[in-house]
Amino acid sequence: MTQANVDTPSLINASPFSEFLAGARDSFPLIVGAIPFGIIFGTLAMSSGLSFAGAMAMSAFVFAGSAQFIALGLVAVGTAWPIIVLTTFVVNLRHALYSATLAPYVRHLPQRWQVPLAFWLTDETFLVVIKRYTQQPTAPYNHWYYLGSALFMYTNWQVCTFIGLTVGQMLPNAAAWGLDFAMPVTFIGMVIPYLKNRPMVATVIVAGVVALLAHAIPHQLGLMVAALAGIAAGLLVQQWGKQEILV
Amino acid sequence: MNELYLIAGMAVVTFVIRYSMFVVAGRFEFPARLNEALGYVPPAVLTAIIVPAVLMPNGESIDLSWTNAYLVGAVVAAVISWTSKNLLLTIVVGMAVFFGWQWLVG
Repeated sequence: MTQANVDTPSLINASPFSEFLAGARDSFPLIVGAIPFGIIFGTLAMSSGLSFAGAMAMSAFVFAGSAQFIALGLVAVGTAWPIIVLTTFVVNLRHALYSATLAPYVRHLPQRWQVPLAFWLTDETFLVVIKRYTQQPTAPYNHWYYLGSALFMYTNWQVCTFIGLTVGQMLPNAAAWGLDFAMPVTFIGMVIPYLKNRPMVATVIVAGVVALLAHAIPHQLGLMVAALAGIAAGLLVQQWGKQEILV
Repeated sequence: MNELYLIAGMAVVTFVIRYSMFVVAGRFEFPARLNEALGYVPPAVLTAIIVPAVLMPNGESIDLSWTNAYLVGAVVAAVISWTSKNLLLTIVVGMAVFFGWQWLVG
């Protein structure tokens, strides 16, 4: 019965601080993966039209990697801010799933814990922390583990943004000599790994074609139309796939 | 572009999403259909940004010719990403091809 090992907390000597360190340590590989994103975000921010302070503030107060990148892309093409906020909402909706998944484990905590833990909830921290919670659901200092992961992630993101901004500042007028290609090429590297099944391929093809067709719609609303069309296409193909299996 | 409104708005919606479920979880079920749809959001949004940027670099007309360095760089980046699954390598090679192509044809 090796299964028994999974939920036997080996935490006889655990303290809040040791749990905090364990959370940070277990997040390390994911944090290394986030480093290039943070630096690239900072580098692109200036040429996209954000100020130095604006880019730092975005990393400090929004703290959501993919939404920040998409916001940069939208700022660069002159999108109205309410549309960017709306896009942020849609892109970050997945965090509601994380939040709902973690909720049973954090509900007993006071608000002074719940509020910062919610603010620091990212893809990376969720992946690390949910593993801990499911393995040791009753361990007393799991929230310290969460805090360790979250603070390490947050600090790293601020430092990387700053490094990127500093580098970006040394390359004034980056767009003029083609650094505007850095954003599409980064996004390509982020999209390709999604193409693992037919619904995702349909999403990407339809979103791309509609983006071209709807390009003339003002305020970059064509982008929202294209994204929604892509999502609908993915869901449709997924539905067909299910029916094929049933037949 | 009002940066203050933009960042404040993004910060508020992001926090509300992350915090809301701590408050309401257990009181209602997330519709399965919405769950599935959310999975398609990142590739759909990213693609809708990439395709016009690559195929309409001047912002007006579609340029499918081999002299379009954005297109050539994008195709190479997609191939590298597909074969290596390495983001950093994709960016570095994609940028190098883009600059090289621009220099060669420009």
